Amino acid sequence: MRRAARGAWVGALVLLVAGCGPGEAEPEATTASSGGAPYLDDVAARPTHPLPEGAPTRFAFGRSAGEERIAAWDVDVRPDGAGLPEGSGSVAEGAEVWAASCAACHGATGTEGPFNPLVGGSWPADGFPEGRTVGSYWPYATTLYDYIRRAMPQEQPGTLAPDETYAVIAWILNRNGIVADDAVLDATTLPEVVMPARDRFVRDDRTGGTTLR
Amino acid sequence: MATPPEGLSRRAWLATASGAVAAGLVKTQFDAVKLDAATLPASQETVVDPTEVPGRIVSEVGQRAPGERPVRLVRSTEISSSSRTPLQDLDGILTPSDLHFERHHAGIPDIVAEEHELLVHGMVDHPTVFRMADLKRYPAVSRICFIECSGNGGAGYGDTDIPTEITPQALDGLLSTSEWVGVPLSTLLREVGVREGASWLLAEGRDAAMLARSVPLEKALDDALLVYAQNGEAIRPEQGYPVRLLLPGWEGNAQVKWLRRLEITDRPTMTREETSRYTDPLSDGTARQFSFTMDAKSLITFPAYPYALPDRGWWEIRGQAWTGRGRITGVDVSTDGGRSWAPARIQGPVLSKCPVRFRHLWEWDGRETVILSRATDETGYVQPTTRELLAARGERTSYHWNNIRGWKVAADGSVTFGLGELL
Repeated sequence: MRRAARGAWVGALVLLVAGCGPGEAEPEATTASSGGAPYLDDVAARPTHPLPEGAPTRFAFGRSAGEERIAAWDVDVRPDGAGLPEGSGSVAEGAEVWAASCAACHGATGTEGPFNPLVGGSWPADGFPEGRTVGSYWPYATTLYDYIRRAMPQEQPGTLAPDETYAVIAWILNRNGIVADDAVLDATTLPEVVMPARDRFVRDDRTGGTTLR
Repeated sequence: MATPPEGLSRRAWLATASGAVAAGLVKTQFDAVKLDAATLPASQETVVDPTEVPGRIVSEVGQRAPGERPVRLVRSTEISSSSRTPLQDLDGILTPSDLHFERHHAGIPDIVAEEHELLVHGMVDHPTVFRMADLKRYPAVSRICFIECSGNGGAGYGDTDIPTEITPQALDGLLSTSEWVGVPLSTLLREVGVREGASWLLAEGRDAAMLARSVPLEKALDDALLVYAQNGEAIRPEQGYPVRLLLPGWEGNAQVKWLRRLEITDRPTMTREETSRYTDPLSDGTARQFSFTMDAKSLITFPAYPYALPDRGWWEIRGQAWTGRGRITGVDVSTDGGRSWAPARIQGPVLSKCPVRFRHLWEWDGRETVILSRATDETGYVQPTTRELLAARGERTSYHWNNIRGWKVAADGSVTFGLGELL
């Protein structure tokens, strides 16, 4: 029974990873084994570094994490929009945020740097990307929100308000020709943006052995 | 025995770092480390006979011999930067902790271990906050394995603009090996009770970039560790103090340092570091994503630039070979530019996802030649030639550059990077 459960789980994982290929929809939730998580018991006997003989079912070290704590730390934003906060911002508002907080490093128009140009670039259908900018290479617009909240602006990471963050994302996407001049982004519209590079990423098909990929 | 080439006395070579400077071999910015060695105190020349004076007394913390100054190669003062391990100055397989390579995306955070907490939540039955004392109370394991940045070795890839005056450190120094101690991630996931349907996790650091990567749950449940010790002591701040994620055999970026949060999910989060970075563009217009595993690779670390062979005769070619797919099963060495190959001796222990040191005894006849190494791993994978990798991925691919490396030994004993006719 446990063996069967594990097989189902591993199969689900393979399907999930395969789902990252070109033309596929974004990875969907997958169903593992039925009922609880029995496969974990099985996997616990399989790992490279198993627990010692006689270990209890649960040690219960650490302390329970409350909802408040989790909410305060759970900052990531996913392609389906999960994690996006309330707020909104327009392209015009974004121009001001860009000038104040971003232009010094990325350039007044986003193309000149000196660091990591975010605007322009291209990715020919049968060739290599030029510049790996937001417009040419980033597959998900939501990644901008996730990353800015974590790491930007570099000297004061995480200090832009939600409205400012949506606005500057709108400006970056507009300068890349992805959203219109009058676009307003929020938790609903940002995940709906389809990036030019959306379907260009493929799963890792290297497997070792004699086939070089 | 042949006469040492002009300007290359045996003594100069034996002085290693300072010898390279004395011999005038150091010319590039990549070798600032070598130029630095020129500042060694002149007292090296006038040491007192140690049998005639009492020695120094014991001390709380030891130091390297004054003449031994291996240092990391630092090229940038940006907070997003890297430093490289001096592979040509090391032997065996372990990297001294203070020489472990660095790659930080927003600098090194100052963290007090006693107040550090790790939150594990998401698709789990028991969301939990762990302090370091909690993590250390779990049954621990130790493991010796390498960490390599997937951006390692790019200078040696392609068929144009390949530098010749480049050291093993400047070329492939984003590789280091340590003994790591910590708690298996499978143990912690068992504790929190992963729910049905979970298949990924997001690992997040406590640095100013809050660097985050998605990791398949299968790897997390297999051999991933949360490590808090490195080579016998607390993990270094540069390596993720007080706790980092260790994913044996996988690219360094995914092994999140200063770990503060693990969220169990049913899909990848698609962070910046797994979309716009650490993805591998290919010649067919696609880009490979979640290319975690480091393929088999080897590198001769002696003889190599900037050192020189002062005379012909017997030398031991030495290097490291490693693979993220298990054990190294063999290393072949060529001393004739790739026309013929011979198996090198492999220095044990041979551990999974851990480098081996290889050695090959060679009688150099004093003529110009190219020496090469080629690793094979337990999956049957053979380290590819540059031509083969170019054919598979194209010249402008990024990351995972594991093509065969070579060194040209000139008739005067000088050594430069290059594959000769093989490329």
